[in-house]
Amino acid sequence: MTYRNPPTTPRKSATFDDYTLSEIRRAAATGIYDIRGAGAKRKLPHFDDLLFLGASISRYPLEGYRERCDTSVVLGSRHAKKPIELKIPITIAGMSFGSLSGPAKEALGRGATLSGTSTTTGDGGMTEEERGHSKQLVYQYLPSRYGMNPRDLRRADAIEVVVGQGAKPGGGGMLLGQKISDRVAEMRTLPKGIDQRSASRHPDWTGPDDLEIKILELREITDWEKPIYVKVGGARPYYDTALAVKAGADVVVVDGMQGGTAATQEVFIENVGQPTLACIRPAVQALQDLGMHRKVQLIVSGGIRNGADVAKAMALGVDAVSIGTAALVALGDNDPRWEAEYNELGTTSGAYDDWHEGRDPAGITTQDPELMKRVDPIAAGRRLANYLKVMTLEAQTIARACGKNSLHNLEPEDLVALTIEAAAMAGVPLAGTNWIPGKNSF
Amino acid sequence: MPATFKATHDQSPSQASRVFDLDVQSLRELNQALHKLTAGSNETAWEVLNPKGNHSVAVGVDQPVSIDVRGSVGYYCGGMNSGSAITVHGSAGPGVGENMMAGSITVKGDASQYAGATGKGGLLVIEGNASSRCGISMKGIDIVVHGNIGHMSAFMAQSGNLVVLGDAGDALGDSIYEARLFVRGKVDSLGADCIAKEMRPEHIDLLQGLLDRAGVTGVKPSEFKRYGSARTLYNFNIDNADAY
Repeated sequence: MTYRNPPTTPRKSATFDDYTLSEIRRAAATGIYDIRGAGAKRKLPHFDDLLFLGASISRYPLEGYRERCDTSVVLGSRHAKKPIELKIPITIAGMSFGSLSGPAKEALGRGATLSGTSTTTGDGGMTEEERGHSKQLVYQYLPSRYGMNPRDLRRADAIEVVVGQGAKPGGGGMLLGQKISDRVAEMRTLPKGIDQRSASRHPDWTGPDDLEIKILELREITDWEKPIYVKVGGARPYYDTALAVKAGADVVVVDGMQGGTAATQEVFIENVGQPTLACIRPAVQALQDLGMHRKVQLIVSGGIRNGADVAKAMALGVDAVSIGTAALVALGDNDPRWEAEYNELGTTSGAYDDWHEGRDPAGITTQDPELMKRVDPIAAGRRLANYLKVMTLEAQTIARACGKNSLHNLEPEDLVALTIEAAAMAGVPLAGTNWIPGKNSF
Repeated sequence: MPATFKATHDQSPSQASRVFDLDVQSLRELNQALHKLTAGSNETAWEVLNPKGNHSVAVGVDQPVSIDVRGSVGYYCGGMNSGSAITVHGSAGPGVGENMMAGSITVKGDASQYAGATGKGGLLVIEGNASSRCGISMKGIDIVVHGNIGHMSAFMAQSGNLVVLGDAGDALGDSIYEARLFVRGKVDSLGADCIAKEMRPEHIDLLQGLLDRAGVTGVKPSEFKRYGSARTLYNFNIDNADAY
């Protein structure tokens, strides 16, 4: 009888995991960084790490289905003659025509309009189908200024000066050649088929003092009618919010790193910027320190998925949230019905993020005339409206359970955190304790 | 060929024009009055007195009226102009004529940074010098500078024409797309993907037309060199990474 040493189970490195190894091989083979769409995919402290307390002896709840819980919000009341009035505090984030197909943009407009909320243009100008089907349309003012013109500025309902976005604070836009169709090229004044890398900085202003003058110009051009938003990526939310307020913003939009992009380097998406949860309290604090909380409205985006996320963000002090990725999923993005085609592209439904390649089986992130036919703007708009309705009902359910007759009455005291990290970021106690890390001792 | 310019702060309005005195009336009143103009209005001539470096003077005007600004202006004078003919009888701060759609703007003095930024149409004439980033991201505008222009001019310029009678600073036309650059003097350096190009007969004709529209006399198109895109960076290639 021969003795055999017990075998050692093969062990993979936690540092050099399968994904990391595949990325090294891919980089070595292609000589180019990985570009993809969507936001950060890594596990991050998020709204899931917060819980509502609900009513108890000291707080009494409101009857679900009986007692009113207000969801409306007014944006832009600081300076604008015509603020935006929304029925629900969930808006559709900026996504460009170019990165999205025309029918997808139309569907977003239809869904938002059915729900009494706003949708937003993107880095590519305003299209007729989008303007026509959006009752309230926010027009983005971006560094590239593709398609920017005073007529569209005046027929917008609000203007959003985009400084940055959560997926890539400090990064510019990217739309690769395969998606530059004739129409996209014409709107952007660029040759067809070239890689379009739009600027990361605005061409005619730098810094908060210039921004103030730029906002003045936009107000003068539009006769002080339109609310002016300033959108920043989740980089330095306290100072960015304070500086946006100082520059004269009516609304500040803070987009955390889970917020999506049409196309950016993977390394950028996963390693630059802060999680949405970490951005909210500093932004709210800046508004409170300036005496501007609820006077300048705060919109937060990046990883909002359901009514609980909406309610949690609002409890932390935001006035409204914005959704992009979730809205695309509602339209049909990454739907398992296209699984065979996702497999052909070397991926699977739920993981498809090569939005820049323009071969989206769901017909959303494409300019391919055949693929985009797969989006029926009316049906997809209806799905988005259904989804927004569910999110609103969910948020109301939670608010009523906390005894609130308006989503805006939710407060940090309604929340606890499941992890020390989330407690520190959200500024709420760790569950089962009265400890708020960084604010008091355990 | 450095331009010499003497600012004329002529404060005497002519009889026929509608006069706005920014010492008395507000900027907002001025711009709103200009925006209320409709096609065929009789108020075709406007004068703005005492601009005194105010920002956003005569922005977003979309009727073909003439606007004489008697003095120097701050940021974004004539921003998004869509048809008016603006003359600044002084110098202009940053972003004069930014995102212009149509019409014309003439600056009798010098212009600061980003003159004509992202402009999509119309004609911007700087009779003095223009600072850095002149014509940045231009998208169809024509810009004629009698003097010199600063560094990084025509950065990411997409379309339109930039004519410089004097010299250009460093990194002219960096990452340029399809805009055409004509420089009569020396160019300190060219930016990434910007190269000197042959002046063919059609370019001579084009340039002559631009000089005529800008009221430039005594200068021949043959004195200029043409610059434009080498088009090597239009589609990303890792072997070009050093160019960025």
